[in-house]
Amino acid sequence: MAANASQAKTARGPDAAFILKKAVISALVALVLFSLMIGIRTEAGSDGQLTWWTRFGDLAAMVAVVFGGSIVMELLRHWWGPVDTVRVVPPSAQKVFSFAGRALVPALLIFTFLVPVIFYDERYILDLGILVLTYVMLGWGLNVVVGLAGLLDLGYVAFYAVGAYSYALLATNFGLSFWICLPLAGILAAFFGVLLGFPVLRLRGDYLAIVTLAFGEIIRLVIINWQTLTGGPNGISGIPRPTMFGIPLTPGDGGLADRLGIEFSPTHRIVFLFYLILALALLTNWVTIRLRRLPIGRAWEALREDEVACRALGINTTTTKLTAFATGAMFGGFAGAFFATRQGFISPESFTFHESALVLAIVVLGGMGSQLGVALAALAMIGGFELFRGLEQFRMLVFGGAMVLLMIWRPRGLIGHRAPTVFLERNTVISSDLVKEGHG
Amino acid sequence: MSAAPMLAVTGLHASYGKIEALKGVDLDIKRGEIVALIGANGAGKSTLMMTIFGKPRARAGAIIYDGIDITDLPTHEIARMRIAQSPEGRRIFPRMSVAENLQMGADVNESTPAERAESLDKVLALFPRLKERMTQRGGTLSGGEQQMLAIGRALMSRPRLLLLDEPSLGLAPLIAKQIFDAIRVLNKQDGLTVLIVEQNANHALRLAHRGYVMVNGLITLSGTGAELLKAPEIRSAYLEGGRHG
Repeated sequence: MAANASQAKTARGPDAAFILKKAVISALVALVLFSLMIGIRTEAGSDGQLTWWTRFGDLAAMVAVVFGGSIVMELLRHWWGPVDTVRVVPPSAQKVFSFAGRALVPALLIFTFLVPVIFYDERYILDLGILVLTYVMLGWGLNVVVGLAGLLDLGYVAFYAVGAYSYALLATNFGLSFWICLPLAGILAAFFGVLLGFPVLRLRGDYLAIVTLAFGEIIRLVIINWQTLTGGPNGISGIPRPTMFGIPLTPGDGGLADRLGIEFSPTHRIVFLFYLILALALLTNWVTIRLRRLPIGRAWEALREDEVACRALGINTTTTKLTAFATGAMFGGFAGAFFATRQGFISPESFTFHESALVLAIVVLGGMGSQLGVALAALAMIGGFELFRGLEQFRMLVFGGAMVLLMIWRPRGLIGHRAPTVFLERNTVISSDLVKEGHG
Repeated sequence: MSAAPMLAVTGLHASYGKIEALKGVDLDIKRGEIVALIGANGAGKSTLMMTIFGKPRARAGAIIYDGIDITDLPTHEIARMRIAQSPEGRRIFPRMSVAENLQMGADVNESTPAERAESLDKVLALFPRLKERMTQRGGTLSGGEQQMLAIGRALMSRPRLLLLDEPSLGLAPLIAKQIFDAIRVLNKQDGLTVLIVEQNANHALRLAHRGYVMVNGLITLSGTGAELLKAPEIRSAYLEGGRHG
């Protein structure tokens, strides 16, 4: 019944008069707004007097753009409607879509594995790939806290910083190798996760967000001010590069190139770093997927849904929240250690609120709780950001616009459904339009 | 039925800040019994239910379950002692599937997979509607189905004592009757002990072996279900006033 109604709605198709009316209204608003902003140009003359001239041509162009854009947007909205409209897709196309959907993950994975092979000579793409994968990993880590346990964490960068500084300090002061420091960085970050977890056990929603935001800032400020330990604003430089399980990736005797008898190239290290972060990200993903199927992962999701019911079912909400914080923080710590070893230099500037916001945006954009969505969102956010580098100062504008459009069309994120982990007989996905905040 | 009660509440006091919600409640439930707790809004029925689970904490008095003092145990440990609760307002997990909701009930105790399958079969036999809905998310169920799910979830932990808070709240009379029938079946077949809090006094007292009436944080009347149904205070306060009973 409901399906018929919405099919009738889509079958009716775009209403030309409605679209035209909307476009005219938008154009009028634009005319009023821009007539002063663009239509009249004022400047200080040579003697300091005000000179002004009109730019009606530009004004007309702007209004025309708004008029045309409004029509295009309405048409697009009809073509690729919001989640509650039913699109009539022929069965053959549906088959292709479902196949593409299933093939997407393996294809992406294979492509990612082949990136260093395909783009071996393009250092820029390799570096970008490493950056994207770092954010994929951070997104997956934060997803445990925000997407699964539903604890809004605005200070995730704190754990990234703890991981980075743990590795940097342990490696420069005690000469420990990357492979010893990596788990230590994770453990330390997890410890900080628990430390943050304790005071916020009773908080939810906005209040939790404020405290986590403050926590992120506290960590950054401590790093800046504890000069004797962290070097303050100067940061830590000369952080050792990772070795391939003890084999240094350097020219000269004993290096990897020397042992394999091939010519040394700095790209070896980049490729190694690429596979390292890929492995770390996949580890994060694998652990998250496994945990979701265990009682602890289900408890996280249940906690997101209803805390009182969780308690009535015998879930220890204290430990459940703390494990969520600790697990998310641990992955942040791993990513931080990787960041430190890749850069060779870290300073508090790398760990500002901007990073937390970016990672959170990736999680929200990807669709909370969806692993693939987070990966795609990281690719779009970080990769897309680089893609628009040519636009210079308009980059942010394009970016903001893209995000607004995405939130109009996919309000639940790129991939808004969550796959159930308990099945009776068959597996079905829960469609995004059924996934809503709060109580059903 | 053995002589020692399964749950004995004596002199229980509890309060929200300065407001005293329970002012010395005595109540006991024997093994295999259905006990109804009735009373008006704000009488403290739900508070009693929640205080048994340790939230809010009892200020004075004792709660003895199966010979063990559970008054000061953490909520999650109480829930692991095979006392299950279907809380007021159902409180199912709306974004998780029905199957996952049920699984959540079983995650608590260390039951074997075979035991889980058995509990699941039992729940689905009791509420066949849930079987059709297994892959739907909880929030899309109707009110009655959500109540079935809440009770089913509580049953998945293989409880020996089941606490039900207003299971008929907001349900059509026919659905409410189905729920009450299911509770009767559970009690008859499995000997499950049930404490049921209800505003629907007529239904609850017909179902229950014994009943307690609560007014302003105190038990004012108790007796068998049939006795209470005939008591003039009950008739005037809960039955004849509310014609829907």
